[in-house]
Amino acid sequence: MRNLLAFITRYNAFFLFLIFEIGALFIYVKYNSFQKATFLNSANEVTGNLYARRQQLESYLYLQDENDRLARENAQLRNQLKSSFYVDTFTRRKVTDTIYKQQYQYTVAKVINNSVNKRNNYITIDRGSKDGIAKGDGVICSEGVVGIVSFVDQHYSVVQSFLHTDTKVSAMLADNKAVGTLLWADDLDSHKALLRDVTNNIKPHIGERVVTSGYSLWPVGIPLGKVTNLHPKTGGFFLNMEVALSVDFNRLQYVNVVTNKFAKEQAGLEAQQKKDE
Amino acid sequence: MSRTIIINFIRFVVLIFVQVFLLKNITLYNLSIPYLYILFILLLPFEIPNILLFVLAFVMGLSIDAFYDTPGLHAAACTLLALVRIIFISLTVQKDGFDNDPEPTLSVMGFRWFLTYATILTLFHHFFLFNLEVFRFSEIQYTFSRFILSSVFTVFLMLVTGLLFFRRKERK
Repeated sequence: MRNLLAFITRYNAFFLFLIFEIGALFIYVKYNSFQKATFLNSANEVTGNLYARRQQLESYLYLQDENDRLARENAQLRNQLKSSFYVDTFTRRKVTDTIYKQQYQYTVAKVINNSVNKRNNYITIDRGSKDGIAKGDGVICSEGVVGIVSFVDQHYSVVQSFLHTDTKVSAMLADNKAVGTLLWADDLDSHKALLRDVTNNIKPHIGERVVTSGYSLWPVGIPLGKVTNLHPKTGGFFLNMEVALSVDFNRLQYVNVVTNKFAKEQAGLEAQQKKDE
Repeated sequence: MSRTIIINFIRFVVLIFVQVFLLKNITLYNLSIPYLYILFILLLPFEIPNILLFVLAFVMGLSIDAFYDTPGLHAAACTLLALVRIIFISLTVQKDGFDNDPEPTLSVMGFRWFLTYATILTLFHHFFLFNLEVFRFSEIQYTFSRFILSSVFTVFLMLVTGLLFFRRKERK
């Protein structure tokens, strides 16, 4: 005890300093709202920063989920697009409520296998008959037309890519609505296609957009590419032109399967007409 | 003894007046702010008891705080200043050699000692004061330039004051 007292008196300056300093700081923090606020906030500056860092890391880990979610949302939004509805004017007279009846339905799918460098390319997607996909459905992505569903299993489907010798897409020039057939160019370039059978009387220009015509599986106006090269064959009946594809097939991640609800009806009707001929 | 008390009391009042009514309005480029009032703590006699020194430093700081609307800020800085003063004096001065309550003024201790004394104590005081006032590390550069320039200004004013009240014959 005596030693303690001796110690305190020996270093009394320091102990006095402690007492007065604590008193002053107590007054300071208590009566100055700014320091009072920052005393807690400076701690929050550190923790907040750490939390922000962690959030950044975590968000990176959840990128995949987020992608899935966004793609789903896109499909949902496409379902609400006006162009995916069939104008049911006949019904309108009977039921005044419904003007539109859904014609095209979109299902999001992830590309799990893909090829671009073969003569006939196929894409595998992770949706099948369980998700309402049927053979013959069109497949698009945000940039344009991807292909046609050719085989369907319960959980997976194989899509006949546009980069396939048998794939033909009914296309039209965006400006003058001239219809032709788009097919893959012969030289195995995954960025080029050939637009054939456009009637000779129209004057397409380079850079003109090529979109789907709406005559087949896809809704009207899905982009296909741009005209890059004209082959003016004078005297012939039809024009051929080269088209740069808008879809980059090398980096296909997500696609939407388009189910045309009236495709069967249309195909049946056209088949009957062929039979009659 | 009573003369010392009176002198220090006058010094206390005058320094507060000078600080509050004159120096508070002097700020060079918003960077250099003189705090001459700490001269009061610097000039207290050598023989003052520690407890009295701390009380006076604390009261001085609080009085300035009352005018600056920053309760506790200058009191905390002055308390630190008192500790530094005790340590500095115990390291550099033999107390036994003095009589008649000598004070650590410029005229008693000589220019070199007083300059070191004033500089070191001012640096400690200002460093603590400015950092406590800003209370964050993000503006450390601005705080540092303010601290250095203000210290230079304060020490300059201290030397001027010391020379104004210089009395050659005081050393007996």
